[in-house]
Amino acid sequence: MTNRIEQAFKNRPIFMPYFPLGYPNLEISIDVIEALAKNGADLIEVGLSFSDPLADGPVIQQATQVALENGITIQKALAAVKEIRKRGVEIPLILMGYYNPMLAYGLEQFVRDAQEAGADGFIVPDLPAEESSEFENAVGDLPLIRMLAPTSSSERMEKIARKAKGFIYLVSVTGITGERKTIADGLSDLIASVREHTSVPVCVGFGIGTPEQAKEVGAMADGVIVGTACVRTIGSSENPVETAKEFAGQFRGALSK
Amino acid sequence: MSTLLNPKFGKYGGQFVPETLMPALIELEEAFVASRTDAEFQKEFNKLMASFVGRPTPLTYAKRLSEKLGGAQIYLKREDLAHTGAHKINNALGQALLVKRMGKKRIVAETGAGQHGVASATAAALLGLECVVYMGSVDIARQEPNVFRMKLLGAEVKPVNSGTKTLKDAINEAIRDWVTNVRDTHYLLGSALGPHPYPTIVREFQSVIGTEAREQILLEVGRLPDTVIACVGGGSNAIGVFSGFVDDGDVELIGVEAGGSGIDSGKHAARFGDATKAKVGVIHGTRTYVLQDADGQIAETHSVSAGLDYAAVGPEHAMLRDNERAFYTSATDEEALSAFHTLCHTEGIIPALESSHAIAEVIKRASTMRKDQIVLVNLSGRGDKDLNTVINETAKNL
Repeated sequence: MTNRIEQAFKNRPIFMPYFPLGYPNLEISIDVIEALAKNGADLIEVGLSFSDPLADGPVIQQATQVALENGITIQKALAAVKEIRKRGVEIPLILMGYYNPMLAYGLEQFVRDAQEAGADGFIVPDLPAEESSEFENAVGDLPLIRMLAPTSSSERMEKIARKAKGFIYLVSVTGITGERKTIADGLSDLIASVREHTSVPVCVGFGIGTPEQAKEVGAMADGVIVGTACVRTIGSSENPVETAKEFAGQFRGALSK
Repeated sequence: MSTLLNPKFGKYGGQFVPETLMPALIELEEAFVASRTDAEFQKEFNKLMASFVGRPTPLTYAKRLSEKLGGAQIYLKREDLAHTGAHKINNALGQALLVKRMGKKRIVAETGAGQHGVASATAAALLGLECVVYMGSVDIARQEPNVFRMKLLGAEVKPVNSGTKTLKDAINEAIRDWVTNVRDTHYLLGSALGPHPYPTIVREFQSVIGTEAREQILLEVGRLPDTVIACVGGGSNAIGVFSGFVDDGDVELIGVEAGGSGIDSGKHAARFGDATKAKVGVIHGTRTYVLQDADGQIAETHSVSAGLDYAAVGPEHAMLRDNERAFYTSATDEEALSAFHTLCHTEGIIPALESSHAIAEVIKRASTMRKDQIVLVNLSGRGDKDLNTVINETAKNL
């Protein structure tokens, strides 16, 4: 099997939406992720919910809270990933979640079950390089996606980027997830300094909310990650699946122009 | 990438934060390490501790309480007499001086009972810093006098309505603000919690409690106490007083958690007391004992005292518990309230509800001890802020 992540980056820039399983309910979230995948998403960041998501803004906090109230667990989320694969979704699915629920599940078991369900990698925002060895020992072949931020020193960038697998998740602003009116100043320099240290693709997330902003970032980066706008637009729709199709189509379209 | 100081306490502690914050933690550690050998910094800190905080705080012999219980002789370390009414000021001033040193202009803080918020607002006013305090809306309702004090001191108090609307959620919001404004903002964390270097910094600034208490008891009775007792929320007052005695192997160290409505009720904040709900996990940047459900979601907690109402405990306490250097027990809301009244009547001291948990343990324990034995209790704060809660709770029982 060719590595699904490498495959996905053949046509850059890629579009990577985020959506949490269990929101607005489990069934619809599975349909939404399927619709995103089949209408333009190149990778999907599949959200696992946590009671205390300290890197997230109000929109994602509220959505993941609803998912928890609906009874989402890692077990149910992994069964949902399996179901999404069964529906013929072939693009990479990256599980994004906080560390404690993974620890409670058991790291090795979690990684094994995630791989078996069809996940391709992990994003754990509260696991910086200093603390990642425990997870990496458990993770086997699947990549733990490394994150870099505008505050990362060049020394840190070098050390972190050198070990990166899959792609780099570059946080475009200091802050939490959420849409911003404009793209951060200095983003192109930031991307350039990351590229000095690695050949893996660099994807930019945090603050990108419109197809126009995606196009602007896509001109600099290898991929664009869209979380809050995706959750807000689809979550507030009366027909989430149709909205997901349109949303993916618009962003993919803007990036292809 | 290695830290200057050990980031772990045995297997606990660490730095579980987003990458955006890592450089700020590194900067903070560097500033802290440099300050320890900087005579000017130490001089300024010690001067403020004496002339502004009013240190050393006294050690009071609780004669009537000792007689009433008929066992051990009880001594109270009077952190309630520190400026702003609790031990929190020691750490708030220490960190605020570090903020000046780092050249930052703004601090954010979380608060549960409001004591750390008041201490932070006070330090900010004294040193000319901008101050924003995050406080759960449940805690705002039950600690109203402290909210007013913070505002009087020039701080902005931001209510937190997410999650359980208590201390845990206030910490989430403070971290979210910090990660957004990290270039000019310091997170003035008030307990011995969070990512390295916070647990170490907070212990160091609170160690003044233990250092003084040790000297004072030696001067007063000529020997060390048999037992030292403190309440444990995140654990800053406890780690402060314990640090003075931790190397004295014969001194028993006892931490008292919030037993809430009782361990069996599930409504409590006893991280060490509930084997079914407390597991080692990661919350707010540190690995420690955390009250959580089977899926790793952080549990709701309950305590009559806002300052102990938190799902995790400082990582150094987790280590002290595992290696049995300290022992941890709990007092229920009812026991703490009863102890509150007892101390008011016997000693003329109105204790904070947090500190009342430590007094509750003294009441259970002193009568089982001999009259020539000594118990030293850290009276971490005064109870003025709790009068509304006590009035309401007392009315319930009439």
